[in-house]
Amino acid sequence: MILLKDIVKVYPMGTRELVVLKGINLEVESGTMVAIMGASGSGKSTLLNILGLLDIPTSGTYYLEGKEVSHLSRQDLALVRGQKVGFIFQQFNLLPHLSALANVELGMQYSVGVDRKLALEALSKVGLADRVNHRPRELSGGEQQRVAIARALAKSPPFILADEPTGNLDSKSGKEIISILVDLHKERNVSLIMITHDPGVAQYCQRIVRIMDGQIVGDEKL
Amino acid sequence: MIKKWLKLKIFGSGDDSALIKRNTTVQKWLQPLHTAWVGVATHKLRTFLTILGVVIGVAAVISLMSVGRGTQANIVSSVESLGSNLLFISPGSTSSGGVRGAMGSATTLTVKDAEVISEYGSYVTAVAPTNRAMLQVIAGSSNMRANITGVTTDYQQVLNLQMAEGDFFTEYQYQSGMRVAVLGATARTTLFGEDEAIGQQLRLGNIVVDVIGVLQSKGASMMGNTDDAVFIPLTTLRQTVSAQRTSTGEYTVNQIIVSLSDKDYIQNATAEITSLIQYTHNISEGEDNDFSITSQEDLIATITEATSSMTILLGAIAAISLLVGGIGVMNIMLVSVIERTREIGIRKALGAQERDIWTQFLIEAGILTLAGGIIGIIVGWVVSVLIQEVGNTTTLVSADIIILAISVSIAIGVFFGFYPAWQASRLNPIDALRSE
Repeated sequence: MILLKDIVKVYPMGTRELVVLKGINLEVESGTMVAIMGASGSGKSTLLNILGLLDIPTSGTYYLEGKEVSHLSRQDLALVRGQKVGFIFQQFNLLPHLSALANVELGMQYSVGVDRKLALEALSKVGLADRVNHRPRELSGGEQQRVAIARALAKSPPFILADEPTGNLDSKSGKEIISILVDLHKERNVSLIMITHDPGVAQYCQRIVRIMDGQIVGDEKL
Repeated sequence: MIKKWLKLKIFGSGDDSALIKRNTTVQKWLQPLHTAWVGVATHKLRTFLTILGVVIGVAAVISLMSVGRGTQANIVSSVESLGSNLLFISPGSTSSGGVRGAMGSATTLTVKDAEVISEYGSYVTAVAPTNRAMLQVIAGSSNMRANITGVTTDYQQVLNLQMAEGDFFTEYQYQSGMRVAVLGATARTTLFGEDEAIGQQLRLGNIVVDVIGVLQSKGASMMGNTDDAVFIPLTTLRQTVSAQRTSTGEYTVNQIIVSLSDKDYIQNATAEITSLIQYTHNISEGEDNDFSITSQEDLIATITEATSSMTILLGAIAAISLLVGGIGVMNIMLVSVIERTREIGIRKALGAQERDIWTQFLIEAGILTLAGGIIGIIVGWVVSVLIQEVGNTTTLVSADIIILAISVSIAIGVFFGFYPAWQASRLNPIDALRSE
């Protein structure tokens, strides 16, 4: 379970300060699939980064599985991030010089340890069993994003965070990615929090949280 | 506390095999090595340039220093091959009106001095006065300008000269000023080539001499190059070159070489011979000597000093190469860490600790500089062997130089591999991920 209380994030902009998040209160039950929607600059990416422990809030408290994680040291943040969170980025963020398999193994290396069997399982789960030795540039965008999903799920994290996972894909590949994510969520009961601009994609989620100007302006269960 | 919580959670979930694996010692050590190896193997241009930088630096230091050290060792050993129990007496610089002439330009040393030393010196086994003249030597159709050295029979013993053909001249031949000559190895080849030399005739200035012996090659030494020289009796030299005499009618010589019964007597013998010559030259206490005595050891010291400065010069050039190579390595390391900031961000997003990041870059730098160092040693060694073969000089590869070159390059590589990576490892993962 995720619980955010009065999360504020301020970025210094020269002499002025830019308040990106203005007191976010959010609770996400384990095993739910949540879409976060909002315009560019609304603060949704910052929120996702804080949820994924890539960034720390300026003030407020963040409880992850009942544990306060908003004031952890950098070392402990990395540890928790590795064990608890799988990321899927809009830019895929695969290492270009590594094969699909090595990229998936990289996702396990810093948390649960490399296990080739699990890595291959994850790749076949996303339908890339015959593509394991391909480098990212030899794969289509959709395939690259599937490698990234395999990388996130190989370590079986309780949370998967996705920042516009279909944003760089054509609609057909986008649909495939979404159906993989939906299957994954159903099968493993993993919590999935996803930023998206696409109302069609958001329809697959159980809940849609809308953000505007750093504040939650809408929260609907589907 | 955090670790405990994480372990409890994951152990408790039943799927704990992977977590245990992460904690085994083998994976703890092998994983970073493997990660670093992949980094080295997949960034081929960086790997090549870094290794090249280290190879150039290390190879330059090793080969240049081997030339310096080799030359030094060569000269010292050729001086020592003369025997370390020799004293060299030269006419001292003439001092007139405060102007000092060049060393050896005076004509104060005489055959008489040699006889006095031979007769009264306590530690002396042989005395060899020598006189030199550059003359055109003609043998049939060949000719060369050679150093004609007038010597006594003792000269062969004093300088430990071995005969390749024929014999050295005898005491009788010396006393009677017979026109005979002994050739150095190079002079023999220049004048006669493959032909028989013994029994042939040579024209030296206005006299003709018979060749009676040829010396074994000895290489260049302090006494000049005996290989290039033609040796004739001192008495015979006077017949072709107008002999200089002192006011008292003594024949002058360029040099007197004294061999002592043991090198331990060098100091005592030097003192004794100094007073003997002061007596024969009428030099009273406090006056400047008109001669100088140098021992073998003085010569070695002087030469070592001279060649040391050459070695230092070569070392400086080598150090510059090492520095340039090091700056190259530094540049590549800095650029590659900047290029790979995104990779660092990805690794951190996947849970990498700062330690994981800088360990990876440190091991990568270590692998690169070590490989470069080893190749550099091999290349440096090969180059120094080539210099020895082609350049016809002695080179000497020494362990301390290898260790120095390797440690400097590893220090540069590791520092500049580590430092920027350490800085990048501290970046906020968000900022690292945004970098292109």
